[in-house]
Amino acid sequence: MSLRELTIHEAHRLLRQGEISSVELTQALLDRILAVDNEVKAYLCLMPESALEEAQQADAAIAAARREGRLQELHPLTGIPLAIKDIICVQGVPTTCGSRILEEFIPPFEATAVEKLWAARAVLLGKTNCDEFAMGSSTENSAYFATRNPWDLTRVPGGSSGGSAAAVAADECLGALGSDTGGSVRQPASLCGVVGLKPTYGRVSRYGLVAFASSLDQIGVLAKDVADAALLLGAIAGYDWRDSTSVDVPVPDYVAALDGEVRGLRVGVPREYFIEGMQPAVERAVRAAIEHLAGLGAEIVEVSLPHTEYALPVYYLIAPAEASANLARYDGVKYGYRVADAVDLDDATRRTRQLGFGAEVKRRIMLGTYALSAGYYDAYYLRAQRVRTLIKRDFDEAFARVEVIACPTSPTTAFRLGEKVDDPLQMYLSDVFTLSMNLAGICGISIPCGFDEEGLPVGLQIMGPAFGEEAVLRAAYAYERSTEWHKRRPPL
Amino acid sequence: MTLTLRDVEHIADLARLALTAEEKERFREQLSAILDYAASLQRLDISDIPPTATVLPLRNVMREDVARPSLPPEDVLANAPDTAEGCFRVRAILE
Amino acid sequence: MQYEPIIGMEVHAELLTASKMFCGCDAHIFGAPPNTHVCPVCLGLPGVLPVINRKAVEYTLMAGLALHCQIAEFSVFARKNYTYPDLPKGYQISQYELPLCRDGWLDVEVDGQSRRIGITRAHLEEDTAKLFHAGGYSLVDFNRAGVPLLEIVSEPDIRSPEEARQYLIRLQQILRYLGVSSADMEKGAMRCEANVSLRPVGSTALGTKVEVKNLNSFRSVKLALEYEIERQARVLEAGGTVEQVTMGWDEVHNRTVVQRSKEYADDYRYFPEPDLPPLEISREWVAEIRSRLPELPEAKRARFIADYGLDAQQAEVLVQERAVADYFEEAVAAYGGAARAVAPWISGELFRLLRAQGLEMAEVPVPAKALADLLILIDEGKITSGTGKQVLAQMFASGRSAAEIVEAEGLAQVSDAATLEAAVRKVLAAYPDEVAKYREGKSQIIGWLMGQVMRETKGKANPQLVRELLERQLRQC
Repeated sequence: MSLRELTIHEAHRLLRQGEISSVELTQALLDRILAVDNEVKAYLCLMPESALEEAQQADAAIAAARREGRLQELHPLTGIPLAIKDIICVQGVPTTCGSRILEEFIPPFEATAVEKLWAARAVLLGKTNCDEFAMGSSTENSAYFATRNPWDLTRVPGGSSGGSAAAVAADECLGALGSDTGGSVRQPASLCGVVGLKPTYGRVSRYGLVAFASSLDQIGVLAKDVADAALLLGAIAGYDWRDSTSVDVPVPDYVAALDGEVRGLRVGVPREYFIEGMQPAVERAVRAAIEHLAGLGAEIVEVSLPHTEYALPVYYLIAPAEASANLARYDGVKYGYRVADAVDLDDATRRTRQLGFGAEVKRRIMLGTYALSAGYYDAYYLRAQRVRTLIKRDFDEAFARVEVIACPTSPTTAFRLGEKVDDPLQMYLSDVFTLSMNLAGICGISIPCGFDEEGLPVGLQIMGPAFGEEAVLRAAYAYERSTEWHKRRPPL
Repeated sequence: MTLTLRDVEHIADLARLALTAEEKERFREQLSAILDYAASLQRLDISDIPPTATVLPLRNVMREDVARPSLPPEDVLANAPDTAEGCFRVRAILE
Repeated sequence: MQYEPIIGMEVHAELLTASKMFCGCDAHIFGAPPNTHVCPVCLGLPGVLPVINRKAVEYTLMAGLALHCQIAEFSVFARKNYTYPDLPKGYQISQYELPLCRDGWLDVEVDGQSRRIGITRAHLEEDTAKLFHAGGYSLVDFNRAGVPLLEIVSEPDIRSPEEARQYLIRLQQILRYLGVSSADMEKGAMRCEANVSLRPVGSTALGTKVEVKNLNSFRSVKLALEYEIERQARVLEAGGTVEQVTMGWDEVHNRTVVQRSKEYADDYRYFPEPDLPPLEISREWVAEIRSRLPELPEAKRARFIADYGLDAQQAEVLVQERAVADYFEEAVAAYGGAARAVAPWISGELFRLLRAQGLEMAEVPVPAKALADLLILIDEGKITSGTGKQVLAQMFASGRSAAEIVEAEGLAQVSDAATLEAAVRKVLAAYPDEVAKYREGKSQIIGWLMGQVMRETKGKANPQLVRELLERQLRQC
């Protein structure tokens, strides 16, 4: 097996045993990026020099730990080359959010999640492409270029964390950070055949994650397998005083939850998640996966999430409303793009925003502004907040009966580039199974569970209650351990 | 819900977005379609359901009143498109 | 027709916290070079989050309690959306539906008449940056952005410009007593806006409100309101209608000018701030804060009259500033004698010296104990009351104690009979005509003769003794 195909936990074992060095590993991934990224286009910004420096330092740290007999204490991410979605701030590194309006923005501060990766001595290969300000489901809304699906370069990788998902799928990094506001980690994971975990709202600090919809955003992880997802989550989770919405509950040892045991685990299957219009191959694969869990001893329970059909309209009122405020700061005064030929300030602001933002971002700013505006607030924003309560209650009631819920991640496999760009509603529908979870603030994972007729990956979504990451990981790991889907590689 | 061009212009004004005539028309159609889709929410009787602004049970998250170092001024201005006299510079404001 | 003005006030006061409202930047920004008290949070960089300053919340609750407000059990911050380059995030974190304090009142007095002004709400928000206009450009300094700001909105209960001025003076006094704001209008730490409308006397209908901004001093408030009331009255008299506009007070030309006309209504699109969990203000917390409230001016005034026997005017002067009231009480305690004797020394001599030096009471170079010592020297007859005034001036200038100055300058009162007798003899010998007049029955001339003896002794003579000696010698000869 080549170095670039290693999982994080495999690479960690080899690093600890002195079989490989972080520099070798990092170089292997840089070579891979050089070889395939002109086709995949996962990265917006590559940092080969600093990555190799970090790898050298990691090697030195490993050597020191070996000398001093402290190898047991070595962090599992030490010397591991990772990628970060370009919507998370890395100090001194351009952070564009896939937008023209932040083309030259360099944060003078570190996101908390990134700070934690540095503390673990991880290696940062670069920043990955995404839909502009994470608004999109295909990564086609990046102002720079579209990322391709490594399984079929004519198709989208999903979005908005499409760059991170594609980079993991194409062995261009060992793992990556993404962000998930309505499915932006899980849906691309599903479409790229990798593991994508969205933690509970409040589990990972949002400090340094550029805000799209503040009550829904959460940093998530993309990985080659469930064990790696557990490692990555353990590294970035935890209370942070700088994020008042981060919750002060201890971070468990997620890896310890991976015991492969699901006997007696009650797995809910929501009837509302098997809808007309969903791709038959997806339904087949997901139903088979649920059967498989039953075969492993899990108890399958039919549950109902009756307000599921309202999740999409609720989401597309709340998220744009919050976004309309979050994106008001991009006015060309303090940072970022500004038109050169304005006649006065108002003209400068309006045209900077017109030219700096792409169509989807403007569409959502308009939608959110409307939903909050005088005369419409009650009918749209407030009503959506009330229905959000019902959606959350659905989950509360379901999780009173089951430990996890299993369902599809996305109604389809990867669609073709350009297929949905002109029809926002069709694009929004690709998140129909993921966004309820953000509205309810709960956690979930997408793991590979099969392929369609064209060889495109299908994702199984396993959802858990707030701070139920261990149950989710346990179920996902039991499934993964007894299947081979996650071992397939795209034909690049 | 069918938006008029005037509605679109008003929203764009609130959102501080200049839009081309073509964008206005396209947004008018697309936003109308999305709002039609959202009309399904009007069916629900939710008068006694409280709104959820945040899913967290957190309350009273505060910090102590302790001053910490600010950014060096050069970092403050480093990303600015235009500066003068240690300040951010913008076009004059015409009321 | 006779019109009655209906005035409501909106006051913003910067809170005296060590750090800003939502970040750790030093909040003491006055005089700092531009953009030196700025961090990613108060600059509104992408990805940053606010964290509530507990002290700012406490200060707001203190102000709310002092203004007799209801303290909310549940309060949330909200985003107020509008675009201006002084607003780094494109929204201001403020409060809307659920402010920390509401439904209070403040009593003001005009011409001996007390009136109660309702307080609609008092809430917490963040200040904006400062803009400087220079040629075709504006410069933005974000130092002020994020400084905690207390907003106090009154009911439209105010009926005259003088009442508005008194309302502000009272408010300033209270905020300063609480120590929550310097409330210094000249430094922009307290800013106010007024809503003014007119209605025919006797009517209960409300006229069109005009907002008047840029009221940067007590004087401006009064002048601007007088001007605006007259302007509106003229419009109405001429059969016109008052337009709903925002006016600015032009201090240079003493007039209000239209800042923003248009029927264009603001649409701030308030919604709950998703980055900040709500506040639940427990009754225990409120009780604890209430127990720490200092005595407020009104209560102090009443106590000074009752406990110290001051008259109303003396008490009023002494309670205007907490520092003065504290000084007075400290001096009274150290003195031990009648408080009524202490008051005039503070409101008279000490205030005169402070004014002459342009000093605040907080900066007074004479400790209260030192003033008390001076008064004791006078009471003991060591110096005269007149010498006492000189000594106080020297204490003020040098910081030395009264005893030191009296000793060094030889100012001690002369009570030595032999010395004084010699002086009396000398005066009587020098003015035989006056002595004769006395003997003719013009006894009041003794006062003039006493003055001569005092002059002879450079004012140090014990006046009682001098009078006795004079009378005795005049009888003898």
